[in-house]
Parts: sequence; C-alpha cells; structure tokens
Amino acid sequence: MDLHPNDFRRMSVEEFDTTKLLAHASKQARDRGYDRFPIVDVDSHHYENESMREILEYLDDPVLRQLALASAGPNAKNARIMNTMVGYQDMGGRIPRYGLRSSEKTPPGGDQRDAALTKRWMDAVGVDVAVLFPTPMLALGVHPQVEVEIALSRAYNRWLCERVLSAEPRLVSMLYLPFNDPDATYQFVKEFGEKKGVVGFLITSTRYRPVHANQYMKTYALLEEMRLPIAFHGSYHWHDQAQGMLNRFISVHALGFVWYNMCHLANWIINGIPERFPKLKVMWLESGLAWIPFMMQRFDNEYMMRTSEAPALKKLPSDYMRDMYFASQPMEITDMGLLENTLRVINAETQLVYSSDYPHWDFDLPSTIYDLPFLSETAKRNILGSNANRLFNLKLGAEKLARVA
Amino acid sequence: MPEVFVSNIGDFPEGDRRIVFHNGIEIGVFHWQGGYYAYQNQCVHQGGPCCEGVIMHKVEDVLAPDKTWLRQTFSENDAHFVCPWHGYEYDIKTGECAGNRKLRLQSYEVVRRGQDIYVMTENCHEDI
Repeated sequence: MDLHPNDFRRMSVEEFDTTKLLAHASKQARDRGYDRFPIVDVDSHHYENESMREILEYLDDPVLRQLALASAGPNAKNARIMNTMVGYQDMGGRIPRYGLRSSEKTPPGGDQRDAALTKRWMDAVGVDVAVLFPTPMLALGVHPQVEVEIALSRAYNRWLCERVLSAEPRLVSMLYLPFNDPDATYQFVKEFGEKKGVVGFLITSTRYRPVHANQYMKTYALLEEMRLPIAFHGSYHWHDQAQGMLNRFISVHALGFVWYNMCHLANWIINGIPERFPKLKVMWLESGLAWIPFMMQRFDNEYMMRTSEAPALKKLPSDYMRDMYFASQPMEITDMGLLENTLRVINAETQLVYSSDYPHWDFDLPSTIYDLPFLSETAKRNILGSNANRLFNLKLGAEKLARVA
Repeated sequence: MPEVFVSNIGDFPEGDRRIVFHNGIEIGVFHWQGGYYAYQNQCVHQGGPCCEGVIMHKVEDVLAPDKTWLRQTFSENDAHFVCPWHGYEYDIKTGECAGNRKLRLQSYEVVRRGQDIYVMTENCHEDI
C-alpha cells in the first residue's frame, strides 16, 4: 500500500488497522478510567458506499435499482446515481485513513463489515454505544431527483435495520428522513419508528426546504407521540451560491456545517414549533458549539424589538434553545474561557451530548470532554453518556460494553 | 539508560523515520536533508501519533509584486509531517506546529556514535 505525499518519496505502510491507528486513544481511555462509566457517541459515521451492493438489494424500484447497479459497475466512469460534493475531506492525502480505509480487513464469518469496523474504533476509544449515520448520503438532500432520495434512503434504512441494528445492540441510529417529500417523511417514521435500534430520526440539513412548512406538522406530531427525537445534521454544499463565494475548502467546511443548521434553527424557533410540540426533543449535530451563543444573543436581541414577528413565542429564543440538545463535535477548543461560557449558557450538564464524528477528519475523542478543567466529574459523565442514555432511553447500566483495545 | 538506539546509519535512509520507545514514551526520529530530528510522538491537539503521518512540503501562496495572487506552490525547503488523526502539521526541523508556532513538540537530542544513531531521552529540550 502506498501513500502519495508530494515529495519524491512514497511511504510504504502496513495494512491499515484502526486499532493501531487509535492506540494512543486506547491509552487515554485506560489512563482516564473510562471503564467506570458508559460513553455514548451520538454522531458517528460509516461509509455506506462500501456496502452499496448490499444496500441496493433493498431498493424496490426495478428501474432505479438497475440504474444504481449499472452505475456501481467497474466501467461506469460517467454513471452515478448518488450526487457527490466537490470537497477535500482527506486534506490532499494528509489524513491517510481516507485512502486506506477500504483495505481494512475484518474476520470472515463475523459481524457485518460496517458493524465490525465501527465496533473496532468504539473499542479503541472506549465508546459503549454509537449512533451511526451514513457518509455520502449526507448530501442526498440536494439530489435533483426527489424520488431517488426517497428510494435510496429507504433502501439504506431497511438495510441498516436488518443487517446492522438488528444484530448489534451497541449500534443504534436516527434514521434518514427524505425531507424533500413531506408525505414520504411521515411514512418513514411510521415504517421504521419501532424497529430495533431506531432511537430517533435525522434530517440532513443541507437542503432547501423550510422546517416550518405546514406539510411537516403531522410528522412532528407523530415523533412527539412516539417520543422519538428529531436531529438536524450539518454538512456543506459548495454549489450553494452563498458558499460559492468561498475559494478554499476550509472556509466552505467551517461555515457550511453551521449555515444550514442556523437557518433551520431560526425557522424552528421563530415559527413557534417548540410551542406547538413542547415534548418533541430536538438535537443539533456536527455544527460545533460556537454558533450557539451567537444565535442566542442575535435572536434574543432582535426578538425584544420585533416581538410581533414571532407571536407564538412565550419566552426568549435562547430559552427554547436551552431546551434543545447539542452534540459536541467539532468542539472549538481555542479559548477555554469562551468554551466555558458556551457550556454555561446551554446548560451543558443536561443538554450537551458527546459526539465523535469518527472516522471523519475532525473527530473528537472522549478526552475533549473529560479533560475540560472547569467541569465536575458528574458533568463530564453526563455529557459523555448519561444525557444521551436518558434522551434515547438506552437503559445502559454500570456494565462497560466497550472492550478498550 | 539515557540513550536509546535508533538505527544503524546505513539502515536509515534520507527521508525515512523511526519510532522508538523508552519508558512509555514514543519518540519519532526523522532523517531529513542531512540532519536527524527527534520529537515525542504525541500531537499537541488530541494526542495523536503525529510522527507517523505523511511528510508534505509546506504549501505557499505566490503573490505578484502588486500583491495580486498568482498561484499556490510547494516550498522547496520547508517540509511538514502531518498528524494522521486530524492534520496538525509540524515543521520537520523544529517540531513547531505550523498553524501556531507557539506550540511545539517535545524534542530530543540525536547523536551519532560510529555508525549508529541514538536519541538522548534524558536530554529533552527544556525550553519547550
């Protein structure tokens, strides 16, 4: 296996092994005593494109399935059913696991490959239960064919439930909703809401549908009735006209992953969705934390002057935000004072939930939470596991499920 | 034992590296442009194995005399090794973090005895 740095030299590496890559994380887990409490990761990923042939077995539409299978063939250079994003998540080869990942071996006859690889890194870092999400499908919300978004996400959800979640109690998921079709969105909750391992539903935020549209109210009511949280997962979209003004991927990534969630959160609160569905749990994923105090200050300030434009509200916008859940990654640890204040204003001890985003390039280890000097031991354990345990009703006990490698 | 054997010179070609272990500490030793450089294999960010990452030349912007941007290029002289976990880059000759040179890796003295290379584990540079 060769890596490709820009110089004359190629670095030969042994076969890729996640356990070896994360050996330092395992030492952190042992040094910090993660065996004393459960850790739940509310946002992790796998690469569903590597299991696409399995997934396509669950695609009912014979014409779309044929298109998808043909585009997955070895000679299909110009055929593709999945939309892709322009971007450089691998940093031009600087993050070797992007290029090497597909070569990683799993034991024959053992767990399904995605489950086996996921549990491998969970055991390395000390995570007991992970909420698992796909990777390329995060862009499916801007696919030009709504029927493809529905068909592929339904096939994925069926595959995930049957092949992964049904067999592995340490893996759960908030299932993809085809939000560009409000009726299909509702049907998905009906179809999958009671499946084993389904702990909520996910809206990939990169899309152009307003969350306050009347067509979604029946879905929110159903989720509230079923006591299943709804989550919004950030992403980027360089083809978006606004992001098109940015010339480097660092800028697209830094702003894109926050931009869509800022829009959805604004619509969610200003249109009074929390007042309409007061028991519906809402979670925001992969936007980091720095945007939250910005949104709180910005909207509280304007709401006091323009109260009549948000007549459904019975308290400040920031008060509604404090009822929501925020996933920690990518946590901006550049100014400890600012971070401490951010955790204070969001009531982190009950509302912040740890997320790794592993195996993506900006993943956070549990130590990013555990090593914060201003948190009590109780607060650390709440953020790393207890808050998610309660939110998802995981019923985790004292037994440590992760076998730290 | 203050000295840890790294390699015979003949087995340690230019551009290569070694990871050695001493009392629970991992040290990455680089052979680069005629010199040897040794740093603790622990990223200042989240503790990743930074010395095990790819080596890339520093990326530079090229500006015209009127300050307009022309292109990007790779530096001919400066090279970085990159933490494989998250991409933190380090100057291979100083151990300084490229993004913030106030941050730097623990460095160690490297000595040659005959045809052998050693790293001095008790002579880490205290100014770090």
